[in-house]
Amino acid sequence: MNPPGKTIPPSGPGLGGPVAMARDLAIGYDGAPVLTGVEFELEAGMTVGVLGPNGGGKTTLFRALLGTLEPAAGALVIGVSCSTVPQSDRSRLDYPVTCLDVARMGTLAGLPWWRRPGRREREISLEALGMVGMRELADSSFGELSGGQRQRVLIARALSAEADLLLLDEPYSGLDSPSAERLDRLILDLAAEGKSVMIATHDVDQTMDWDRVLCLNREQIAWGPPAEVLDRKVLERTYGGQIVEIPGHPGEGVLPPHHHHDHGHGHGH
Amino acid sequence: MNLAELLIEPLSYGTTWRALVEMTILGIAGGVLGCWVVLYRLSYGAESLAHGMLPGLVLAGLVGLPLLLGGAVGIVVAGVLVAVATRVRMSDPDTAVAVVVTTLFGAGILLALSPSSPTGVGELLFGNLLGTTDAQILISAVATLVVVAIIWLLHPRLLAVGFDGDAAGFARIPAAVVNVILLVLVSVTILVSVQALGTLLVAALLVGPAATARLLTRRMLPMILTSAFVASISGLAGIYASFHLKTAAGASVVVFILASFLVAAAISAVRIRFPAFGPG
Repeated sequence: MNPPGKTIPPSGPGLGGPVAMARDLAIGYDGAPVLTGVEFELEAGMTVGVLGPNGGGKTTLFRALLGTLEPAAGALVIGVSCSTVPQSDRSRLDYPVTCLDVARMGTLAGLPWWRRPGRREREISLEALGMVGMRELADSSFGELSGGQRQRVLIARALSAEADLLLLDEPYSGLDSPSAERLDRLILDLAAEGKSVMIATHDVDQTMDWDRVLCLNREQIAWGPPAEVLDRKVLERTYGGQIVEIPGHPGEGVLPPHHHHDHGHGHGH
Repeated sequence: MNLAELLIEPLSYGTTWRALVEMTILGIAGGVLGCWVVLYRLSYGAESLAHGMLPGLVLAGLVGLPLLLGGAVGIVVAGVLVAVATRVRMSDPDTAVAVVVTTLFGAGILLALSPSSPTGVGELLFGNLLGTTDAQILISAVATLVVVAIIWLLHPRLLAVGFDGDAAGFARIPAAVVNVILLVLVSVTILVSVQALGTLLVAALLVGPAATARLLTRRMLPMILTSAFVASISGLAGIYASFHLKTAAGASVVVFILASFLVAAAISAVRIRFPAFGPG
């Protein structure tokens, strides 16, 4: 039996200080931990690509950061409020809501259950929509937007929850290439505003644009700047030895096709 | 006979008056709550509860207890059995619910057809709208106020949780709790409506107007208002029709709900064909 882990509650955002910190963290459901040995220190304004196979622990880590899963061992310190952005192609399109309605759902996080969002919450929501470039479409039906626009509205929902740590769950899946480029810019803009962003992705190349990469395969494989950390050995351990090499690019590992989500993303190198 | 006389004549009967008031009130409760039933995909669950409560109603009639009490017990038992059935891994949930509900319904009919049963079985199946009492109206009015007040209070959270499971974190209410609250409100609404519309017709009030409103609107508030309007107006139209045509009151109400749905479906089909006529 592992000693019980602990999540230390937020103590206000420390400017420049760590936003979240994991020390020998293990997370699991009831029985054995499904993810062990997690150690990282996240700073304000940091962008982090989270790599790993399906079932490697990306979702489990996100749940622990959100507070819906207690650590099984080790420590997880979260100094800011944290919010998740689900995949936009899983949202209900038949639902009678506008972009403003969706963005406003985030403001509920700051209200007791009997309080209804008012004028102040409307302002917060419109501002959040402005940050993602969707303010002009505030009154449009959410279901009639493109996948990329829906993604941005869901990011606005997290922003109107006044979250400083955003968890994006495979945000590029289903996006066409202009939308993916737009999302690239938005992630960097959010980081420039001081938001920390963790992005679960299958695309190794994409993580090169970000500050850190976290490789997970039931345990932490690597953590650090992508250019220093990502090599063939790390990728093989992350994806279980299924790396193939591109002819003419010795040493550069790529994923086998069935792992690779082809979203037509232009990797601005 | 002119139109005014057609409208005024039924009002000289107390039974018709009370039926009109009762249906207006129940239309508001059923219409408002029905929108959430439809959005949360609880239509089948609502119908199951309404049908599965029959044994409770019949037993109350046999023993001489108030129908409201028997119905309440019946609905709780049906709810528990349905919840258990969906967790039994022997068949898919829909089949399990269908088995439970038809069994309960059959048991109810068997009891109702026993020689000692005082209440006409037709009244429990199709309601007795024209037999509405002042006490029933009072109970319906109070229940409707409570249901609408809770829905109004929880509106933003209902909207968020129904939109996606992740939003439950924002709403600070677990999705399971929201579903239970909705099912309790549905049970209360079915309970106060069942004497007017019977176990077979009451589901139409919860599902029909909301489904109609959904076809005509694209925002939540207009949908709720349209749904309540359609429910209450169908109620009034059904009662007038039953008065003049000598048809069963509850069934006539349901005919108007169905008719409004068909009209809405036609309008919606035209809009899809010719987007220029679309809303907004």
